[in-house]
Amino acid sequence: MRNIMGAALCALLAGGVAFGASAETKLTIATVNNGDMIRMQKLTDDFTKKNPDISLEWVTLEENTLRQRVTTDIATNSGQYDIMTIGTYEAPIWAKKGWLAPLENLGADYDVDDIMPSIRSALSNDDKLYAAPFYAESSMMMYRKDLFEKAGIEINGRLTWDQTLDIAKKLNDPANGVYGICLRGKAGWGENMALISTMGNAYGARWFDEEWKPEFNGQEWKDALSMYVDILGKYGPPGATSNGFNENLSLFNAGKCGMWIDATVAASFVTNPKDSKVADKVGFTEAPCAVTCTGANWLWAWNLAIPASSKNTEAAEKFIAWATSKSYLELVASKDGWANVPPGTRMSLYQNEKYLDAAPFAIKTLAAIDSADPINSTLKPKPYVGVQFAAIPEFQGIGTVVGQQFSAALAGQVTVDQALANAQESTDRTMQKAGYY
Amino acid sequence: MDSKFKTPFGQFAYSVFAWIVGLTVFFPILWMVLTSFKSELDAVNMPPLFFDFNWTLENYSGILEQSNYFKFAMNSIILSFGSTFLGLIFAVTCAWAMAFNPTKRTKDTLLWMLSTKMMPPVGVLVPIYLVFRDWGLLDTRFGLIMVLFLMNLPIMVWMLYTYFKEIPKDILEAARMDGATLPKEIIFVLLPMALPGIASTMLLNIILAWNEAFWTLNLTTSDAAPLTAFIASYSSPEGLFWAKLSAASTLAVAPILIVGWFSQKQLVRGLTFGAVK
Repeated sequence: MRNIMGAALCALLAGGVAFGASAETKLTIATVNNGDMIRMQKLTDDFTKKNPDISLEWVTLEENTLRQRVTTDIATNSGQYDIMTIGTYEAPIWAKKGWLAPLENLGADYDVDDIMPSIRSALSNDDKLYAAPFYAESSMMMYRKDLFEKAGIEINGRLTWDQTLDIAKKLNDPANGVYGICLRGKAGWGENMALISTMGNAYGARWFDEEWKPEFNGQEWKDALSMYVDILGKYGPPGATSNGFNENLSLFNAGKCGMWIDATVAASFVTNPKDSKVADKVGFTEAPCAVTCTGANWLWAWNLAIPASSKNTEAAEKFIAWATSKSYLELVASKDGWANVPPGTRMSLYQNEKYLDAAPFAIKTLAAIDSADPINSTLKPKPYVGVQFAAIPEFQGIGTVVGQQFSAALAGQVTVDQALANAQESTDRTMQKAGYY
Repeated sequence: MDSKFKTPFGQFAYSVFAWIVGLTVFFPILWMVLTSFKSELDAVNMPPLFFDFNWTLENYSGILEQSNYFKFAMNSIILSFGSTFLGLIFAVTCAWAMAFNPTKRTKDTLLWMLSTKMMPPVGVLVPIYLVFRDWGLLDTRFGLIMVLFLMNLPIMVWMLYTYFKEIPKDILEAARMDGATLPKEIIFVLLPMALPGIASTMLLNIILAWNEAFWTLNLTTSDAAPLTAFIASYSSPEGLFWAKLSAASTLAVAPILIVGWFSQKQLVRGLTFGAVK
């Protein structure tokens, strides 16, 4: 009897072991609702077919909710997610804090050297990669070729902000529903401050000097903010203080903007005839410079990273390798065409003739991403990493407060001088409190 | 009604005013439903398009293809009904004690209970998150039912207390004289008399729990995520999303709107109960 029971127990245990071995690993992935991310969710059959022992659970959240949710989870080491979608702002800060697992086993055929150098350096800490870029963007100018032609304007070389102001003046025709220029006006570190920081860089300004002291009291910031208030206030659409990316996108698609300087990712939206009334009339050029072109266009990427608290690191790394690989780009191309592959992450994409033919904006996008260097993005030396932000934990708060001041200047509630003085005072206070000096 | 409303003109003016107020309140919901049938480009068209657009169901089909709506809806039903029923058990007994056996501290206790609602929830996010993490309650329906129940309990007690105060104490005493035990007194005498009040308390709390978007977003990932998480997933930082978001919102509010429609008599009666003294 004892033998029979023993045999039964062994069989049960063996079954259990076998069951354990074939049990699925469930990966929970937190992401945002961007077109490229949704496409990835639809294509995951390809991954699960190749990895039948891994199942995927998607949690799609609004950007700010995602940031709050993911930060709470990672700061409390709760391990709710195995893969997170994070930006280039979070990646270096979290890597330094030890919140992310380094990506060291992406596979032999992953070709990590093919990742754009500027993006790779933004996502690395101590030469280790902590997040893999899914798609990347810089900023550039989109303009209406037909309106330029009608006004007799030609673009020769890279524009300056002064020239852009002149063009905006010529194109501005509110009576016929066309505004000279559309720019971000909504307050926020990732909204108006993304653009104004690149304008500041172009005018030779920087967020902090080498001793982490804010520099809003300098002439450079005054020039940059005066230009921003001038050009958007005089030749922009009414109510520009509430316009972010999406609002400007709908204005441009409706044919109401002569020029629009924003994320390169917008290029595929404004040239899509399904969504845009001006799809065949759009030209692309670099974002304007002023005293320098250094840092005149931003750098941002949405990346996949593994929180250090994940218990499924190996499977998570397999998924990241799949989603950010060269073969994933080919998979998207085979299903939805080359124009829809996630842009800006791999150099080989920009050597692919089929992609260059399908995406008229590809060369300008590459030039913009290539020229944005998060380490050397200001004329004078700086202590922080980031083109349109400073990768320090305090920046979200600082950037939003400064953004509110600059938005108030645009609305005419305060003067440019007052806005800069207020920005200087509040940033100085925060930096002192945080112990930088 | 005031005598000036009794003249034909007064009644007409009164009706027009009521319609204006009604339509103003209803307009955002109507606009949301209309937008859900538009293409993304039509949704942001200027001037806005009211009925003259290409009606499409592609937003709904896209959403149902992309997300498991019924899983989110089932979680919403379980969370809102579960937390409300649990709340009722505690609130009825609590309100009974305060309404029929008050002490000199009853008023203070009531105020103190309500004061817990005055703190912004984000202030206790991290401590509650840590407790949930350590007790393994993150992303569980049980955990969320507990949070929603505790969050709405003060309102339930307050509402029921107000209704119970209207019921003459003598009736309960008479029942006691006839030999009713405490549970029998509450179940067979008090509850039938307070039914409209209990119904409206239930409905209001189901609606509050259904619409709760802070805790339900912060304490769930996928297994226990209700319709608020479903809506939140359709907002996009880069790209047009109004039509899809409107379709998701329409699907999310439809069940509770239907429940509210069928029970509006009870709801209005309960909410105005004791308003005229």
